[in-house]
Amino acid sequence: MNKKVSPINMLLFHLLVISISFVMIYPLIWMFFSSFKDSALVLTTIEQLFPSEWKLNNYYNGWSGFGGTSFEVFFKNSFIVTTLSVIGNVLVSSMAAYGFSRIKFKGRNVLFVCMLITMMLPAQVLIIPQYIIFSKLDWVNTFLPLVVPEWGGRAFFIFLIIQFMAGIPSELDEAAKIDGCDRIKLYTRIMLPLIRPALVTCAVFAFYWKWDDFMGSLLYLNTPEKYTVSIALKLFADPTSVSDYGALFAMCILSLLPVIILFLVLQKYIVEGIATSGLKG
Amino acid sequence: MNYRSKNAELITKTKNRNRFKENVYGYLFIGPWLICFIVFMAIPFVTSFVLSFTDYNMLSEPKFIGLNNYIELFTKDKLFWQALSVTFRFVFLSVPLRLLFALAIALLLNRQSKLVPLYRCVYYLPSILGGSVAVSVMWKYCFSKTGVVNIFLNSIGIPSDISWISNKDTALWSIILLFVWQFGSSMLIFLAGLKQIPKNYYEAATVDGAGVFRQFFNITLPLLTPIILFNTVMQIIGGFMVFTQAMIITDGGPVNKTLVYVLYLYQQSFKYYKMGYGSAMAWVLLLIVGFFTALIFKSSNTWVFYENESKKPRTKKLKKVVS
Repeated sequence: MNKKVSPINMLLFHLLVISISFVMIYPLIWMFFSSFKDSALVLTTIEQLFPSEWKLNNYYNGWSGFGGTSFEVFFKNSFIVTTLSVIGNVLVSSMAAYGFSRIKFKGRNVLFVCMLITMMLPAQVLIIPQYIIFSKLDWVNTFLPLVVPEWGGRAFFIFLIIQFMAGIPSELDEAAKIDGCDRIKLYTRIMLPLIRPALVTCAVFAFYWKWDDFMGSLLYLNTPEKYTVSIALKLFADPTSVSDYGALFAMCILSLLPVIILFLVLQKYIVEGIATSGLKG
Repeated sequence: MNYRSKNAELITKTKNRNRFKENVYGYLFIGPWLICFIVFMAIPFVTSFVLSFTDYNMLSEPKFIGLNNYIELFTKDKLFWQALSVTFRFVFLSVPLRLLFALAIALLLNRQSKLVPLYRCVYYLPSILGGSVAVSVMWKYCFSKTGVVNIFLNSIGIPSDISWISNKDTALWSIILLFVWQFGSSMLIFLAGLKQIPKNYYEAATVDGAGVFRQFFNITLPLLTPIILFNTVMQIIGGFMVFTQAMIITDGGPVNKTLVYVLYLYQQSFKYYKMGYGSAMAWVLLLIVGFFTALIFKSSNTWVFYENESKKPRTKKLKKVVS
């Protein structure tokens, strides 16, 4: 709107927005500062936001983990699982999107509808048979059940990339074809560089969903050497074992760190991705 | 003549070859997706349906028992009804609240200011963190007896010293609030929708003397209805799937007041290894979600407004304001 907004109105707007966001973010701020407090004081000095003495003890204590396994192992596992999932997801989703949007093959429409349906299908219907399949394959307590299905792409990503490809003129394909590009070269040399923004958006969300994935780890990983961060945190926070709240909060903060950093670096892609495709975060 | 027919033959031959090539390339590109779709989705989907009519514990062979799982669910299992009622309360309280918040904040942020992108990020942050175990752990301590929430309430003059997560009246609310807290992605979708509403609608309405509220109810809201529809469907599907938060914050307690459906499904299937029973539960869930999705879509032609249709009564109202 081109109306001039009065300065008082503007000031009220900023005050309102800032106070709401402060209330919203406060728990995170609280957890952050608590992780630097003396562990015994975490739950007894809640009124006081800043630690009276800044200590890194919690990070040392927490990092040593539990059951003889340190958080180094858990973070390493999470990074392995997440990285492999992201690569597979982005690669396969972009390939499928290219196939659906640019190649007229038999059965395309039927399969496209199948793909759209999987977008609405609650994953909970599939977990029991999937569990049976993976245990028959003897894949339980390996990373395979967490990684391999991700190499089938996700309908959300395929859909997002198809929408992005729709904006790329098909004359480009034809020109490349005349110049002697076959389909594979067309995809790797021309399409992939052009759809990079969509790929980044997909990669970011694939990362979030895998990094936070709790149910998969809960079902398939059952020895501490294999635990990812999410399942390790859950066990670390078990009411029967936890007494070191400082260490618990410190590890929580560390587990959020990769997500927050990625968000700050790539927020442009994330915001655009959601706005154009309605991806859920 | 001969030459011409030969030529035609050649053309159809190359055409056929091209079509064949297109099919090969098509399946080459969608191949990896297609294989995973069949192995990890289509086959499990059918298997799950078949398993729901069996008694299966992973150790012995599945035993066909007809509709017994469903009969037991609906007639004998009290916890199933408890889980259903908890989940319904959760979904129908948290989804409207989340959308309301998302819309309110989107309207607030839909103005020109250099700080808006920053605010947008801050409001979106909970959405990307909310699914993590760390945030659930944090939430648990915030809503405990001596947590941040009680201290905040006391500081603004509302006395409160209950433990929100272990009181049976408030436990579900602590999870609902966590769900509402993550309104960011809906907000971004609303913001994108608001940006697409042509400004001259508002200018014309202002000239006609329509106030802020009339503009909102006669322009903004009708034009946002397709986005509201989309958001509602996605959030309801997501709401029925709530699991991590309920498991970590309350683990179903106190006295099963937060036993959400998927948590109960998980317990039956993977704690007691009643795979057939769990499959039946999964199919009931699928039917419930499908029913609500269909209901919302069905009802949508009475309340969703599409700009290029002209017969709808709302359009008339809009025209009155615009012209």
